[in-house]
Amino acid sequence: MELISPTEIAKEKIEAVQDFSVLAGRSVANLFRYPRYFADMMQQADLIGVGSLPIVVLTGLSIGAELALNSANTLQRFGSLSLIGQLVSVGMVRELGPIITGLMVAGRNSSGMASELGSMVVTEQIDAMRALGTDPLKKLVTPRVVSTVFMLFFLTIISDLLGLFGGSLISTFLFRVDWRQYWNSAYQILMFQDVIMGLLKPVLFGFIIATVGCYYGVSARGGTQGVGRATTQAVVASSVLILLVDLLTTKFLMAIFSYR
Amino acid sequence: MAAPPITVDERSVPTETSRSPVIAFDNVSIAFEGRTVLDGISFQLNKGETKAIFGVAGSGKSTILKLALGLMKPDAGRIQVLGEDVTQMREEELFDLRRKIGMVFQESALFDSLTVRENVAFRLLEEGDVTEEEVEKPVRESLSFVELEKTVDMFPSELSGGMRRRVAIARAIITHPEILLYDSPTGGLDPVTSTTIVQLIVKQRDVYKTSSLLVTHRLQDAFTMAASYFDRKTNQMQPLPPGMRGEVPMGFLILRDGKIIFDGDVHELAACRDEYIREYIS
Ligand SMILES: Nc1ncnc2c1ncn2[C@@H]1O[C@H](COP(=O)(O)OP(=O)(O)O)[C@@H](O)[C@H]1O
Ligand SMILES: [Mg+2]
Repeated sequence: MELISPTEIAKEKIEAVQDFSVLAGRSVANLFRYPRYFADMMQQADLIGVGSLPIVVLTGLSIGAELALNSANTLQRFGSLSLIGQLVSVGMVRELGPIITGLMVAGRNSSGMASELGSMVVTEQIDAMRALGTDPLKKLVTPRVVSTVFMLFFLTIISDLLGLFGGSLISTFLFRVDWRQYWNSAYQILMFQDVIMGLLKPVLFGFIIATVGCYYGVSARGGTQGVGRATTQAVVASSVLILLVDLLTTKFLMAIFSYR
Repeated sequence: MAAPPITVDERSVPTETSRSPVIAFDNVSIAFEGRTVLDGISFQLNKGETKAIFGVAGSGKSTILKLALGLMKPDAGRIQVLGEDVTQMREEELFDLRRKIGMVFQESALFDSLTVRENVAFRLLEEGDVTEEEVEKPVRESLSFVELEKTVDMFPSELSGGMRRRVAIARAIITHPEILLYDSPTGGLDPVTSTTIVQLIVKQRDVYKTSSLLVTHRLQDAFTMAASYFDRKTNQMQPLPPGMRGEVPMGFLILRDGKIIFDGDVHELAACRDEYIREYIS
């Protein structure tokens, strides 16, 4: 194997970040330029939203149940089992709903986008599109970004609700907490800040999933092997970025809202 | 085959066509990962002319076509296409210029998520507010030109390699572009299908007077084109009468080690004494 100097590697990485920023920026700027591809957006929304629904339902339910199961034990020791609704609610809405949904959709759609666009690159379909006078960023990337942001937002809400529902099942059937009391406390604990935080995150995560997936797709090189590599890298990179951005937004918003 | 909508003479007369170049490469160089692929090449494609580009695999033939479309930028040199300098243009400006150029990619590059109809109509559907019904007529016309009307509802994956190539041609010609770029249109095809495609290219040259660059490994195809014309009466490609050999606008260009070692017509090629070229054409 050839030895590459560290400066060369650094240069490459910086260039990659630069290319990614250009792609991400243009995908947003294209929103304000004609033509807008509504049909493509709808198709993507269907693919991302409806396609991800089963897995989001499943993970939402089980994470909520899990959360309830785990906290119930601790709360019981302090004799404050009645707080379980609040715990599940805050945990789901502020943190677990967004992150679990984000990671699931990243695994499913970031890779899907990378492999789809990557195949289009290596079979020269992207070049063909440019040759036919159409901007692939407008036709392929922007609709994916818009649809992912939009759909992840709603998928996260669904996940939150199902998490709460999963938690309620555990609380009422295993720990004999009153069903009505659970939902009341779950609802009442939620403050404006929690909801904002819980709904801002999917917007950011959706943007990360689509732009990272598309970026690795369009920069795929070297045949089918390159597409495979791009696919894995897209999942890894988008998941890591989601975790990182999650931490930063949580910290940042807590500082802004001066949390208790 | 469907009759083309424009009426023209039986055979094109090359000597009278205007000599203004539609594509002009001026000292163009490009390197990939430190390896020089094109080393200061210059050539011109005249209006109405079809120029065949030869060279071994990896000699930069496809790169020339991509440079002409502005799909990649050269490291040095200037490329004029239809009077505009594509090396200086931004991607957005290039989209307008590319509407006047049709390209047939080496592996067809059909959109595999779209049907044949949507592939062929792509340009029309992208260009403006046209309905599916409005594009139906040009799509049928374009597909009948390549004799593939029956495939209109199929997906590219259901077609054979030769059919895909012909659909790619139909997609490239639907707007009757001023320039056509063919990348190895007969590569890897059986002789019968190749002949069909050679006929289509000759028809574009003689009936529609389209200027084109044609990348090919098969010298035989290009010789056939230089020795034939498209007869509109019989709707067939016919061999030129003996005295008229090479009297069609057909040029040859041979690449070697990043340089152009030959650029001329079939007579000049036959008269060429260069050993490499003699070897190549024998
Ligand atoms: N986008 C690219 N990145 C890196 N190398 C390339 C690229 N395009 C072409 N090359 C290299 O340039 C050379 C010429 O390629 P090409 O023009 O496709 O040759 P051909 O004459 O067979 O069509 C090849 O060695 C190829 O590996
Ligand atoms: Mg090639």
